[in-house]
Amino acid sequence: MTPRHRSIVWSVARHALLLSGAALVLLPFLWMISTASKPQTEIFTKSIHFIPYSFALWDNFATAFDKATLWRFLLNGGVVTASIFALQVLIALPAAYALAKLRFVGREVLFALVLFCILIPPQATAIPVFLLFHKLGILDSYAALIVPFTISAFGIFLMRQFFKTMPDDLIEAARMDGISEFGIVWRVMLPTAIPALTAFGIFSVVAHWNDYFWPLIVLNSEHLRTPPLGVASFRNEEAGTNYGPLMAAAIVIIAPLVVAFLLAQRRFIEGITLTGIK
Amino acid sequence: MAKIELNGVRKTFDSAEIIKGIDLAIEDGEFIALIGPSGCGKSTLLRIIAGLEPQSSGEVRIDSIPVDGIRASARNLAMVFQSYALYPHLNVFDNIAVPLRMRRHSALARIPLVGRLLPERARTERGIREDVERVAAQLELSGLLKRKPGQLSGGQRQRVAVGRAIVRQPVGFLFDEPLSNLDAKLRVHMRAELAQLHRQLKATFVYVTHDQAEAMTMSSRIAVMIEGNIVQIGTPAEVYENPRDIRVAEFVGSPKINVMPGLVRADGGLEVLGRSLGLDTPAPAGRCSICVRPERIEPDAGTGAISGTVVHLENLGAEAFVHVRVDRVELPLVARVNHDRRLPAIGSAIDLAFPASAVRAFDAAGRRIEATAPVRSGRVREKALG
Repeated sequence: MTPRHRSIVWSVARHALLLSGAALVLLPFLWMISTASKPQTEIFTKSIHFIPYSFALWDNFATAFDKATLWRFLLNGGVVTASIFALQVLIALPAAYALAKLRFVGREVLFALVLFCILIPPQATAIPVFLLFHKLGILDSYAALIVPFTISAFGIFLMRQFFKTMPDDLIEAARMDGISEFGIVWRVMLPTAIPALTAFGIFSVVAHWNDYFWPLIVLNSEHLRTPPLGVASFRNEEAGTNYGPLMAAAIVIIAPLVVAFLLAQRRFIEGITLTGIK
Repeated sequence: MAKIELNGVRKTFDSAEIIKGIDLAIEDGEFIALIGPSGCGKSTLLRIIAGLEPQSSGEVRIDSIPVDGIRASARNLAMVFQSYALYPHLNVFDNIAVPLRMRRHSALARIPLVGRLLPERARTERGIREDVERVAAQLELSGLLKRKPGQLSGGQRQRVAVGRAIVRQPVGFLFDEPLSNLDAKLRVHMRAELAQLHRQLKATFVYVTHDQAEAMTMSSRIAVMIEGNIVQIGTPAEVYENPRDIRVAEFVGSPKINVMPGLVRADGGLEVLGRSLGLDTPAPAGRCSICVRPERIEPDAGTGAISGTVVHLENLGAEAFVHVRVDRVELPLVARVNHDRRLPAIGSAIDLAFPASAVRAFDAAGRRIEATAPVRSGRVREKALG
């Protein structure tokens, strides 16, 4: 075998391996789309077929939007994720600036504590926070969905690492020009940290759009439900065994993230390489 | 225009003393260069003057007013940084306008969107536009106002940084190695431009550099800083011709001054490599260093001279440097030779000599010691003449 042939064989093998891996990951999505396109009678059959005999996607969408308040779920998801991200930025940027660029006693200890906070799983603090919100009387509200996530230890860490790489000269030039310390955060650091902020935004939005655990704990009212919770409730109450509209609803709630990913694909990958995780 | 005075300024970082008590008076309108090897504390000193770094003790006065505890922006000094430190997200116009906007607009008018509603903002903004355009024209940046710093060359960025400094007409300018990121040709060009700018503005310039050529060519006075102390202050010629410390002698001048081991004899005569120099010194007997600048060394001097072997040649066209290895001298001696002379071959033997007036002698601690030609009695002179 010539080296040329060998490289072709290797290339084919490599692609076959990658394709089978991709197929494994994509299969549930394909199944979701397939099920959403089938009428009820076709979903429970003995034979497995991906392409529906009669195409019922639009009917299932119509049923989904008709039976459940899907729009409301999407709106809730938007309000909650946007508020969480805005507040996280508001708190993480000044904190990260102080940890990266200001000299004060105990800075390293504080930073170690921030790192330590990243290690605490949200489930561990769920009960105390729940009890606290109960005492405050803000359970079952937007506040209950947003407030626990406003301080992001990961966000502070990520932005601090990015600010560390910014030259001190830039900050000192800003001080000479008469910009205050908070002014430096918003006027100088924020615009130059857009790549890092995008990365953080992706993580934050994906995590909180998809969060199922916390909304499940604090919410009772149907009108406050976030998309994952909405779809789950859809299954229990509305559709019963009607999987067609359920899968159609699932497509609707993952659609914003998929569209956002396709639009910002390059940034997304940049962001993940920047943070060096996942 | 301002006079800047430092009295007993010290700076300690985590028990390491970076600046060890500096007294310095910078006259109004003076161009003073702070030079020294890296790590000598010159940049820290500049940042203390700027107010970016508080001193551990001592006092800084600008126009006789103590400025300790006054914020950097309120000291009315401008600084040009080594990395230029332009705001990467703003275009050239906005970069130059920042210091004016921060000073002339009220806090309310600086808020995005809301500020635009204020009527006086537009008026102030017109004034700012005029000033920025005037400075841009002066620095030949008019065509580049819409560009971002990332789209500019090194020299253009440098000019934007200077523009941002001069636009608010401060009383003094602080330069922190502003030319060290430029290529050699541009550096020479910018040297001339900065000197020209100083003549135009007549403001006080404090210029930190490790490049002694910049200091020699632009400044009216040089302060040589070594290990946290100012070892010598003087005009460039003074510092070059009359170094008070061997470290100053070695730092100023390129190529480096030649250092040879010498001896102060018990009778006060100076010796180098076992030869008498015909110079007397009041210093006590012992070891010393005899230093001679490369341009004062004469090659092909004939008998009685120091002999050595040529180990390296650097031909720069207009001049050449001949490196000569001599026994008992640590580094090769360097002689500067004019272009019209024939260069010796590498490996060939060569004799070097230098006039007594070229000798700068330093004691074992590195301090300059006086060396004078002895006053000869009439009889000896007659004999010498005869």
